[in-house]
Amino acid sequence: MSFILDKIIYVLANAINNGMPILFGSTGEIITEKAGHLNLGIPGVMAVGGISGVVTAFFYQQSASKNTFLMILLPLLATLLGSLVMGLIYCFLTVTLRANQNVTGLALTTFGIGIGNFFGASIIKLSHSELTSVRIDETSKVFKATLPFASKLGFIGELLFSYRFLVYAGIIIALVCAYVLKRTRVGLHLRAVGENPATADAAGINVNKYKYVSTCVGSMIAGLGGFYYCIDKNGWSNDNIGPFGWLAIALVIFAIWRPNLAIFGSILFGLLLNLYDLIPALELNIKFPHGYDKLFKMVPYIVTIVVLIITSARKKRENQPPASLGLSYFREDR
Amino acid sequence: MEKAPAIELKNITKTFGRIVANHNVNLKVNRGEIMAILGENGSGKTTLMNMISGIYFPDSGHIFIDGKEVVIASPKDSYKYGIGMIHQHFKLVDVLSAAENIVLGLHGKYNIKEASREVARIASLYGFEIDPAKKIYEMSVSEKQTVEIIKVLYRGADILILDEPTAVLTPQETAKLFAVLRRMKEDGKAIVIITHKLHEVLSISDRVAVLRKGEYICTLETKDATEASLTEAMVGKKVALDIDRADPVDPEDRLIVKDLDCINREGAKVLDDVSFTARSGEILGIAGIAGSGQRELLEAIAGLQHVESGEITYKDPKTGKAENLRDKTPMQIRQLGVRLSFVPEDRLGMGLVGSMDIIDNMMLRSYRKGKSAFLQRKEPRDLANEIIKSLEVVTPSATTPVRRLSGGNVQKVLVGREIAATPTVLMAAYPVRGLDINSSYMIYNLLNQQKERGVAVIFVGEDLDVLIDLCDRILVIGSGHVTGVVDARTTTKEEIGLLMTKSVAHGEGGELNG
Amino acid sequence: MVKSPTEKKVREPLFHIVKRDAIPWWKAWLIRIAAVLIALVVVAVITLVMTGQDPIEMYKAMFDGAVGNSTRTWNLLQDTALLLIVGLAVTPAFKMRFWNIGAQGQILVGCLATTFCMRTFTGKVPTAVLFILMIAFALIAGAVWALIPGIFKAYLNTNETLFTLMMNYIALNLVAFFCFRWSKNSGNDVIGIINRSSKTGWMPDIAGNKFLLNIIIVAVITVAAFVYLKYSKHGYEISVVGESENTARYIGINVKHVIIRTVLISGALCGLAGFLLVSGVHHTLTTDVEGGRGFTAIIVSWMAHFNPFYMILTSFLIVFLEKGAIQVASAKNLQLDDNFSDIVVGIIILFIIGCEFFINYRIKFKSKDKAEEARE
Repeated sequence: MSFILDKIIYVLANAINNGMPILFGSTGEIITEKAGHLNLGIPGVMAVGGISGVVTAFFYQQSASKNTFLMILLPLLATLLGSLVMGLIYCFLTVTLRANQNVTGLALTTFGIGIGNFFGASIIKLSHSELTSVRIDETSKVFKATLPFASKLGFIGELLFSYRFLVYAGIIIALVCAYVLKRTRVGLHLRAVGENPATADAAGINVNKYKYVSTCVGSMIAGLGGFYYCIDKNGWSNDNIGPFGWLAIALVIFAIWRPNLAIFGSILFGLLLNLYDLIPALELNIKFPHGYDKLFKMVPYIVTIVVLIITSARKKRENQPPASLGLSYFREDR
Repeated sequence: MEKAPAIELKNITKTFGRIVANHNVNLKVNRGEIMAILGENGSGKTTLMNMISGIYFPDSGHIFIDGKEVVIASPKDSYKYGIGMIHQHFKLVDVLSAAENIVLGLHGKYNIKEASREVARIASLYGFEIDPAKKIYEMSVSEKQTVEIIKVLYRGADILILDEPTAVLTPQETAKLFAVLRRMKEDGKAIVIITHKLHEVLSISDRVAVLRKGEYICTLETKDATEASLTEAMVGKKVALDIDRADPVDPEDRLIVKDLDCINREGAKVLDDVSFTARSGEILGIAGIAGSGQRELLEAIAGLQHVESGEITYKDPKTGKAENLRDKTPMQIRQLGVRLSFVPEDRLGMGLVGSMDIIDNMMLRSYRKGKSAFLQRKEPRDLANEIIKSLEVVTPSATTPVRRLSGGNVQKVLVGREIAATPTVLMAAYPVRGLDINSSYMIYNLLNQQKERGVAVIFVGEDLDVLIDLCDRILVIGSGHVTGVVDARTTTKEEIGLLMTKSVAHGEGGELNG
Repeated sequence: MVKSPTEKKVREPLFHIVKRDAIPWWKAWLIRIAAVLIALVVVAVITLVMTGQDPIEMYKAMFDGAVGNSTRTWNLLQDTALLLIVGLAVTPAFKMRFWNIGAQGQILVGCLATTFCMRTFTGKVPTAVLFILMIAFALIAGAVWALIPGIFKAYLNTNETLFTLMMNYIALNLVAFFCFRWSKNSGNDVIGIINRSSKTGWMPDIAGNKFLLNIIIVAVITVAAFVYLKYSKHGYEISVVGESENTARYIGINVKHVIIRTVLISGALCGLAGFLLVSGVHHTLTTDVEGGRGFTAIIVSWMAHFNPFYMILTSFLIVFLEKGAIQVASAKNLQLDDNFSDIVVGIIILFIIGCEFFINYRIKFKSKDKAEEARE
């Protein structure tokens, strides 16, 4: 019995851990999309968020006096700042200058991943290491710390308390976003802006302000996802965050624009991503030849497409993308 | 000292590109009065009001609220000054509930339950019926308007602007609305109602301001005004409609519509047992309150609207053979050899492609001609030049995108193209809407020429004087029902007006009682 | 009862924004060129501040990197051609307002199909037949990959942006899977150069130049795409559907039919790009054979306002910057990582995207406005 429980906990912990960058990215993208902006720059935002945190951690680690609190705080602040700048660039172009959102987003992704890779590679050069990635073991150890007593609390304790604090942060952020969207005035206004900016405008809502704030806050949350990924891998390695950014966009659809559903979706995606590697650990009598991991990795995207098709076929108004998604708003258009 | 007016506009000017929507408009609205803004379509009424409600920003001019000059740069500013506008096109978010829409944009504690109670209270106070939790996309048009009005009341607006509020209402609902407005007036509120219906102006307003082609004409005391004087102010000099009307020559049945039923996207029945016959060599007018099913009727004939039941039959002038047009696509109708031309209400959204030039727009109907995979631009170019010349289209060249032309010129291009197809049936929906007098007359003449050529012309209009002077017979339609067919030579405006309203009561009676 | 305005004096907004009627073409290009120049200055400042490298040296190295010798120049031209064909591929769909951002996936399945043919049919069929098979398979694969979202768009109005985006990653993992299956040493995911010695299924050299044929093919397609969009009935229908579906219905265009036909063309051209990449350039299949062209092409097409001839210019600009910036990294006197190219290109593209605003809109300042009024 406990053997099975152990397995469940192992699988679940693995899935949560894998899904967490996606959850951060997806929560950020949901509030961005709720304001009517499809930010395809999320992979770039996550990359910049990740590299900002990693670079800061890397340098702080080398400083003489180290302090655990600052070791946590500084990288997080750097992450938020880095992704905020990306969010601002996107906003300025799409909200103020009304540029095409798809084009801007894709350019931002190229740009952001380029920044990530550039600094990743430059720091390797600086540190004269032979490694292919920037290591921040000390910092990630601090971030990976879990409650010491969790394992002593038995099954329930391990199931609920054995994760890193960023996991709880991710879940809480998603829940808060869900609450704000559904139950507060700010959320109501945000939904109105994304559905029908002209109406929101007529109702006296500052449309551009909402678009700016939601896109920037969304970017900052997504940036945390990038940093989480780096912590998990103990450092930066080039080109690895991008796929998580696209998965985050997929998860938005899968969760039909609801951050609370995205929590479960992220666990499912995390599970699907690593399912292949988990199979041996589960000691099940199923054997897939090596290489089939690639096929397993398709599954989240296929599932997302199925959800997209079903929601468009059912035409339930509440489950559709925000009506003005991807469109610029100009008050005097006629 | 005299109390300052609630709103005063001084020398307001607004242009869109080259189009002057408002030019030096002056206006005063006092508290405790209902001011009607009267003008034809395109006279700039809505643009003017949009500047008060912060949607547009004036190019020049001054706005005073209670005697103090203000700047209304956004709708937020306008709310701040207690101005509430009920737009003709509802400004509601479809996926939100009535209560959510009503509190949209407000500040303070967010409590949707309390808001719902307040909404219910206001509704019962004025006798509206509303379910605060109902989603907008599930609502009928009149329910949506109720939400809009309650929204403004909820905010405690003391300056109310209503943009053609009665266009979508039944007479009973209109009467109810007017009662509410009078109550608000007694409350000391300033109310502006935009309309082009004279009888409404006379029954509800205290004063009436008239706009014509973006210019402010005058303000009259309603008690001193008559339909005749208002019309004169609205259209300028008393226009004796001097349309030459020939008698139909050998009319024969061309298009026979029988027991037509249509249901629109919202699931409402928009055409109910409509039957009529259009004959060659005559102009059949269609009169009715806007949105009574005129659009759906023409689109059903053109193969653009799904038909629930009924028949649409075309009689070929050469062979006399009857062709069934129901459930045919526009393509299939053309392939049957039916020469059906259609000038739709939505000129740039349906009849033409705004970003294409005149030549490419000429091709819309004919580009498929010939077996070649490539376009043949010579004929359309010739046609474009010919239309520009013969219809006096004002345009820099034939390669100018039609979006840049003025409304009248856009319409000339569209009508010119449809007539060039030498139709046997020509349908035109509001073909003179927004046009100046000269352009309007050119369109009337074109329709008359077509009639004399033996074309069966169907003309949907809103101006009863025009319908009476231009058409041979007039079909009156209301809420999707045909309520009468009258002889245009003997009928009166009163008769048609009566038929228009009578039909409405009959058609919507069930809903009202329910 | 009456809320009195709190402001003492009247405040006027500093400026407001109005849509432009039309702008002379030379003015529009002046704005764009100015944007690129400003972007170059910004890049120079960033380079100086971030890396301490001399920006003038960097630009020199960039120019040298792009066209420094004939191999580089040919490489530049070929890569321009390869980016251009993808740009051409996405354009018909964009003109129809179908946001096909799945070019990446469509190219990848084209590559996959080409590789499959090379591996399967080499030696079994004559070379000419092999080429026909390769091209046919690539076209079909790309078309099918685009058709799937196209059908759902036409019949269920499923959001095509998100759908095609997802299709990219399915294709990517599919390619990864086959890279593994077909790898020589099981497990390293490397297929290696196919037909290295016989060069069967490789695009032949023309006049001893291995780049020329690719470039010629794309040049022909560019002209064909221009003609198709501007002078064919299909192209006309695409424009009408893109501008207004109501008008399309009004004149009897079968909108679903046009959507499906157009995405088929779009996807097939992407598949052809995949064929060129495998047969004409790489002679092997890897997961990054597509090289990000699917996304960059969207920017190419959009910046060129969907005009195939302008696209030559925009794709050349981007490839020139990319190539130059990559070479900068290996320049001896500079110490920059080759990923710096993405940053340079990114900044310049963002500036070009931003400058469109000044072409479409005009900022009216209040004071200037009054002066204008007085003049009139």
